Amino acid sequence: MKFGVVVFPGSNCDQDCVQVLRDVLGQEVVPLWHQDSSLRGCECVVLPGGFSYGDYLRTGAIAKLSPVMKSVAAFAKDGGLVIGICNGFQILLEAGLLPGAMLRNTSLRFICRYVNLRVERTDTPFTNRFQAGQVVRMPIAHNEGNYIVDAAGLKRITAQGQALFRYCDADGQVTNTANPNGSLEAIAGLCNEAGNVLGMMPHPERASEPALGSADGRGVFESLLSAVAYR
Amino acid sequence: MPRQDDEPLVRRAAKSHNLTEAQYAQIVRILKRRPTLTEVGMFGVLWSEHCSYASSKIYLKTFPTKGKRILVAAGKENAGLVDIGDGLGVAFKVESHNHPSAVEPHAGAATGVGGIIRDIFTMGARPIALFDSLRFGPLNGHQRTRFLFEGVVKGIADYGNAVGVPTVGGEIYFDETYRENPLVNVMCIGVVPHKAVAKGAARGIGNPVIYVGSSTGRDGLGGASFASRELTEESEADRPAVQLGDPFAEKCLIEATLEALATGDVVGIQDMGAAGLTCSTCETASRGRCGMEIDVAKVPRRESGMTPYEVMLSESQERMLLIAKKGKEAAITRLFARWGLHAVTIGRVTGGDRMRVFDGSELVADLPVAALTHGAPVYRRPVKRPADVARRQRLPLRAIPLPRDYSQTLLQLLGSPTIADKAAVYEQYDHMVQTNTAVLPGRSDAAVLRVKGTDSLLAATTDANGTYCLLDPYEGGKLAVAEAARNLACVGAEPLAVTDCLNFGSPQDPGVMWQLRECVRGIAEACRAFETPVTGGNVSLYNESPSGAVDPTPVIGMIGLLQRPPVTMEFKDEGDAIILLGETREELGGSEYLKLIHGRKQGRPPRVDLAGERRLQRLLAAAARDGLLKSAHDCAEGGLAVALAECCLAERDRMLGASLEAEALASGRRLRLDALLFGESAGRVVISCEPRRADAAAALAERFNVPARLIGRVGGGRLVLGDWIDAGVAEMSLAWRGAFKL
Amino acid sequence: MIARVSVTLKPSILDPQGKTIHQALESLGFKGVTRVRMGKLIEIELKHGSKAAAKRDVERMCRKLLANPIVETYRIDLAS
Repeated sequence: MKFGVVVFPGSNCDQDCVQVLRDVLGQEVVPLWHQDSSLRGCECVVLPGGFSYGDYLRTGAIAKLSPVMKSVAAFAKDGGLVIGICNGFQILLEAGLLPGAMLRNTSLRFICRYVNLRVERTDTPFTNRFQAGQVVRMPIAHNEGNYIVDAAGLKRITAQGQALFRYCDADGQVTNTANPNGSLEAIAGLCNEAGNVLGMMPHPERASEPALGSADGRGVFESLLSAVAYR
Repeated sequence: MPRQDDEPLVRRAAKSHNLTEAQYAQIVRILKRRPTLTEVGMFGVLWSEHCSYASSKIYLKTFPTKGKRILVAAGKENAGLVDIGDGLGVAFKVESHNHPSAVEPHAGAATGVGGIIRDIFTMGARPIALFDSLRFGPLNGHQRTRFLFEGVVKGIADYGNAVGVPTVGGEIYFDETYRENPLVNVMCIGVVPHKAVAKGAARGIGNPVIYVGSSTGRDGLGGASFASRELTEESEADRPAVQLGDPFAEKCLIEATLEALATGDVVGIQDMGAAGLTCSTCETASRGRCGMEIDVAKVPRRESGMTPYEVMLSESQERMLLIAKKGKEAAITRLFARWGLHAVTIGRVTGGDRMRVFDGSELVADLPVAALTHGAPVYRRPVKRPADVARRQRLPLRAIPLPRDYSQTLLQLLGSPTIADKAAVYEQYDHMVQTNTAVLPGRSDAAVLRVKGTDSLLAATTDANGTYCLLDPYEGGKLAVAEAARNLACVGAEPLAVTDCLNFGSPQDPGVMWQLRECVRGIAEACRAFETPVTGGNVSLYNESPSGAVDPTPVIGMIGLLQRPPVTMEFKDEGDAIILLGETREELGGSEYLKLIHGRKQGRPPRVDLAGERRLQRLLAAAARDGLLKSAHDCAEGGLAVALAECCLAERDRMLGASLEAEALASGRRLRLDALLFGESAGRVVISCEPRRADAAAALAERFNVPARLIGRVGGGRLVLGDWIDAGVAEMSLAWRGAFKL
Repeated sequence: MIARVSVTLKPSILDPQGKTIHQALESLGFKGVTRVRMGKLIEIELKHGSKAAAKRDVERMCRKLLANPIVETYRIDLAS
């Protein structure tokens, strides 16, 4: 499967994504430069973490204007698979490819640590390798992961089952103390209504090798491989 | 010849750069005329203590710098370079940003991070890890201290996180001595293939000199009131005294620079740190034994009306100087433009030995390069052992009452900010980006990073103890190196090399110079004993407040290498045997216990047996290789009891208690109980292993001639030490994890 | 002409920075503070044009980029 990892100035998890997809999963990966419009025939576009354009003005606000994002939007509209991780999630929100917005973490601090996530659905291209209700461990590392959406938006998200990951405790319970950043309904990962675009704050690429403490994140990428294989 | 500036102005400038009358006369002799304002500024910064190490040079020369793994020795380039096999080298260095952080903690710490990162990628190395060694006054009740502490931490986070280099380790101490003058030392580590190592020399007559990165403003020129003839008092107030950093620009600069170096079109490179354009041009010319001409009018600026003096001395951040192959200017400009960065040809390499600075067509400086760099002054300052050393070293043990409740004392120690868990701090740092972090912070004595594409892991640590060095700088210097090496050994690594940052008071105080000399003597001796050469570092002097100099604080950064899964500190399984390696003596001098519980900073620090430490290091490496170690943790601040508690607590989700037998702990020796439990005797490590392998571990220890004693078992929910300490794991965790309310 | 755009979180959105500043002000003894909102100020220098045209332009800038309508509101002040 051919993946494209977008590189914005200020992206800093692009190489981590490339390494996991290419070296751990043995897939073809090409970089997609922010100023280029071509997606180079990729079957899945990854918007990596980092601080695109320094996160100046608002996180993701400048990145959404880049030429590559116009192509990504068109690609997503045609049903192409897009995954935004951390800053990539923030960009997807700014670009309107996912509903809602990000606020600063309620602690007003950057938080880098492992969290537990509950997998809410497994009938998606991003989660088909997990069990429903499974608790997985992945790290977060962000300043702005406090998801918010208006009441109508939340209603739609809930009705459509768009929340794919929620922050939870080790037993899978969604509690206030298990919510690291104040995110609405403990949402950690969210897909669009069509189910082909995922944004998630946790970093699956940082949890794809046992030597780094967890390989749970690999399930996200392996799900994509399965989804494409059976499409 | 450059046009002469008004003499009183030039004299005033010389004075404000702390150039003495004699040095001014020397400059006149060198030039055979009066210097211009720009020239005096250039001499001023290059001859400053900060750039020239004038007071410390004679001592720094005594460090061992050679070794079989040293690819680039200290002082030759921007950082030392150590071979780690697989065709790779490691560039690493520690640097201080104490004074800027005392003025504006956020910006000061942030630019400290940015500066040391540039030192590393200037070598062609990709920066893979950051460490912060921080020291502040006590937190309780002092708003200013809290402001400094939180500002520094946030500055490190905001810069390091955005620039995409993980902050994986470091240390934080709190002591009265640092209240007015905090210490902010940052270490960066980078990895570079041997064949991609970049050089800091200008070569090739006619080759273009290219300025790359952010534009130049008046950053770092605070207080330079003579700088501009038109300057009014009002505009003076607007000037930033500290530089501001832009991590986004730095991230782009890292990528663009490494890309540019990979093209092979760059012959020399130097970052612009202290003394910016002056230092980078003169040092590259000096290393290349050539001359250089530049035109400051071509330098990209973000403020109008800057004089040549200001442009040459500006410390604006995120800038580099490249010397490229002739004809490659356009390609390099295009490459940097792609990353949104300036790349402007501002001059060329010339024959001869002159550094010539033009402002358009006007010559504003014309200096012999060698006089600027090699001609910098070297002082042999007066040295005198301070009168109060002997008084401090006297510790009337009889006057110190034993604790009534040892469990309570342990909890107090665990909750003291210096010892307490630092998760509240390191969770603000992205410590996982680049996906090399093999052990999470707080889980082992040294940070461990994998080196992608190899089977090697890199271990690194920073260590220092200002109290030890105050009480006995020679022993303190040795102890810092010994602890660093011990920390590496605990994860299973072989120590390779050292970088150091010497934080001291004013060199004009003979007592401070004595501390410096003695610390360096101790560090050098330990580095020789461990075969860990010093590859470079930094000296920060004038760390003073109205109440005097800070405690002498040499920070040791050390790297090591291992080829197997790292050993972490937490106890793993119920029933595992706990073994204490090393000897406990009646040593309370300089201990955290004495300071915290009894309010005394007294006595002699623990003695360090370098040969014994070496044997301990080798033993740990062998034990790790044999798979004997399930955990290892050295006894440092707070002694054996705190070390054991940390082994119980380190893994938050799986804390385990332990039971230690009184007789095994005391081992028949009659020690004061507080010395046994909280004393900080060096050379001790708590290990745990499978019960059936305890004998093998003991036998191995005997082979290496290291004292080893089975002292107890892992298990239960409490830490029980004989009849003296009985504390619940949850209770200890609360004390240890609850110290920082951020 | 200079346009000053102040962007703040919508009143309905919790503003922890504003709340923290509010508490800090109270701890300093400033009793009369009823609300603090933290935001950002963007200064835009405009070349020419009538005030009305400038206002129209800046409005568009706000909607397209400067503010995120989901969580932020903005105010524009024009000065020459």
